[in-house]
Order: sequence, then C-alpha cells, then structure tokens
Amino acid sequence: MASFKFNNVYIKDSFTVAGPLESEGQIGKFDIMMEDYYFKEKTFIDAEIRMQKVVIDNLLYRNKLAGQVDLLLGGDLSDQLTITNFSAKHFSIPFLGVYSACASFAESLIIASEFVEKESIKNAIVITSSHNLNAERQFRFPIEYGAPKANTTTFTATGAVGALITNEKSKIKVESATIGTVMDYDQKDATHMGAVMTPAAVEVLMKHLEDLKREITYYDVILTGDLGNIGTKIFKEFLNLNYGIKVKNHMDAGCEIFLHSQEVYSGSSGPVTLPLVLFNKVLKNNKFKKILIVATGSLHSKDTTNQKKTIPSIAHAFSLEVLA
Amino acid sequence: MDKEEYKKLVKRLTPQENKKKNALVAFLVGGIVGALAEVSVSLMVHFFAVARADACLWTCLLVIFIASLFTALGFFDNWVTEAKAGLILPTTGFAHSVTSAGLDYKRDGFITGVGANMFKLAGSVILYGIVSAFLFAVLGVIIHG
Repeated sequence: MASFKFNNVYIKDSFTVAGPLESEGQIGKFDIMMEDYYFKEKTFIDAEIRMQKVVIDNLLYRNKLAGQVDLLLGGDLSDQLTITNFSAKHFSIPFLGVYSACASFAESLIIASEFVEKESIKNAIVITSSHNLNAERQFRFPIEYGAPKANTTTFTATGAVGALITNEKSKIKVESATIGTVMDYDQKDATHMGAVMTPAAVEVLMKHLEDLKREITYYDVILTGDLGNIGTKIFKEFLNLNYGIKVKNHMDAGCEIFLHSQEVYSGSSGPVTLPLVLFNKVLKNNKFKKILIVATGSLHSKDTTNQKKTIPSIAHAFSLEVLA
Repeated sequence: MDKEEYKKLVKRLTPQENKKKNALVAFLVGGIVGALAEVSVSLMVHFFAVARADACLWTCLLVIFIASLFTALGFFDNWVTEAKAGLILPTTGFAHSVTSAGLDYKRDGFITGVGANMFKLAGSVILYGIVSAFLFAVLGVIIHG
C-alpha cells in the first residue's frame, strides 16, 4: 500500500526566502526577499546555504523551539546534497537528507508526517531550496555563458522554504499521502522536464484517488509542481486521453511564480517552486480547503544526459486540509 | 497510453522553435560583427600603415578582447541569449565561452578550478579545429601536391 492517512499531523508554521526575480513575479510577497543572488555571501553555494539557515533560524525563533525540534529533513538539487548537509551542520537537530529532485520537499514532508503520526517524534522541520545560478552551473552551462535556451526549458527558481510539522493541532492538517514509483517514458530531453515528469504525476495522482476512493473533484485544487506551461498542457491532455478526466481544479506551481514578461521560457522549476507557491499563494487563498499536492522530480544527472540516457521521474502526493 | 503514443502527444503539444527568426537574427548579428571587424581592419591599414594580413590578426585579437571584457562586465551573456548563433559562431563565442567558464570556477582554485574548467566548452572547438586543419592539410597535399 503506497497511500496512507494521517489523523494527527499538522503544519504549524512556514517560512520563505525568495530570490530577486521571484520577488518581482506574480506572488510578490514573501517573508524575506533577496536583493541579489549573493545574499551577503561570497559564493552562490554559500548564499543558498545561508538561505536555508535563515529559514530554519526563523522557524525556531518564531515558535520558540530552540533545542526542542526532534528531526530536520530536507533536500535540494546540489550534488551530494551539499547545500542541505552544509546548512544542517549549523543546528544540533537529528537530520535526514533526502533526494527526489523537485519532489524533495514532498518526500521530506511525507516521511516527517509518518514519524509524527506514529508518535515516534513530536515535531520536525522540513526544508528545501534551490538557487538558479547553482543549478545552471551544475546542470547546464557556466553562469556568464548565457547559452540560448529551448522554449521548453524551465527556469530554476531561487528560494528556500521550511515548514514546521507537529502533532499540535493547527489550521493546516496533513491529511493523507501517496508515495509514487519511478517512471520512465523514454524521454531524453533534459530541457523539457515537463514531458519527462508528466507520466509520474499522472500515475501518483490516479493511484492516490484509487487508494483513497476519491474523485478528482473531491479536492478544491490539485497543485502540481513543477511541470511548467508546456508540461501542464501535456498533463491535462494525458488525463483527458487516458482517463477521460477534464481537470478543472488544477494549478501548476511552475506557472505561478514568474510573469510572462520575465522571459523564463516554460515557467519555473526547482525544488523550491512547489512549496513557494503552496505556502505563499494556495494556503493564503481562503477558497481552498482541500488541497492535493503532486510534487514531481526529474531524476537525471549531467552525465546521464550527456550519455543520452532516457530520464526517469518520480512524483509524490500529499493532501492538506485547511481547518476552520 | 504506451510510450510511443506518449512521444507523439509530447511532440504535438511542444511548440516548435522559430528557426527562420533565429536564422535571420544570427545572420544579421553575425554580419554586423563581421562588418565592424572589416571597419577595424580598414582603419588599421589606413591610420597605422600596417599590412592587411597584420591588421586582420590585430582585429581578431581586438574582437576576442572586447568579447571577454563584455563577458566579465556581465552583459555579454544577455546578448548571446538574444543573438544566439550570431555571436556564438564568430570568435566572440569562443572568447566568451573561455571567459565565462573561467569566471565560474575562479573560487575552485587555479589548477582544479580555472585551469581544469576554462576550456570546458572551448576544448571541443580547439580539438576538432586541429583535427579538421590536419585533414584539410592532408587533402591539400594530395590535391595540389
């Protein structure tokens, strides 16, 4: 069984640091908005570590939890999870690093929720981040090269988001989760991640609905992240052709951060994209009471892309309920 | 839906690149770079009384210097993004690829960083440039004796 329900897991607080371009985008308001990509550090790696650290520090401070957090979980895009590992060393909190590319936040949250539900721990902080220039350097070209991009490319968002998961009742309940399987639909184009990740998103969505015996209309909104503008079209068409579902309550995080005028090709990607939209847009909207999040990740590396291997992808789903 | 059907679906919903526009922009920008270089050659021949072959060499160096300088000043990447092949194919692209890689790895040390990565993109140009120069030289010898 890959789906389970939670009765006793809540999100008590969240904190967001957003990059300069993201701050000028559609949402426009975050806890901390960065003025530049360096964030008072000398390298972009240090900047991203600091972004995560600021998020965790603020969650600890705001909730007066210094020394009382049972578990820290998180992941990012960097090789060997460098960013998350290096930010975790600043806190003496038991730590698990997880990787599923842009689905890392969802994976962390699901693991934390299961621990809290089983009363193994009382609370946990889940963290993720991405930094456009670190991702560019690792996956694509040197930063100042500015290589021309295909119109299917998504733009890695810059930011860090953390959430405090606890067993104390709060307004946002983590209600259920479904763990996805790794899918490979023979897609090879690493500049077209929407096409790579759509099959995984559809798979976990259908599995979730089947396991919990729900219709797609049960949810006020289905938030996928981050398929991008073109990926969203493929996702909707896939659901329509294969299952006859014309999804109306859908929103993709990749389409919600930047403005069209910001020239970001097919929209936003990166692990921070989904939680950025979830906590700063979807949960701020009073209309949405039952929310299903489908987080997607493209599991390629630079080497597998160069060797023209097909790209596997993963998606994890979890649902939230906003309590009155 | 099987993998083949999915491939067709992806292809149907993926917008095509505007190749005509890209080619036209590259043609115009590349042409402008060439024309400016020609102006530089003529000026050198006219004012400094150097031989045309020498003026071409100096102009090439000048173009490389300007592209590298603009890369270092941080706006050449934006031009490349817009002009695409128009700025990548001339010497400007070669200079830019070397400088941008050098900037990227400056904090990783002189040997393991800058030294090992500076020709990350330009390495292929050098390698295959030498290989094709060799092949053409052999052809030249065979044909012309």
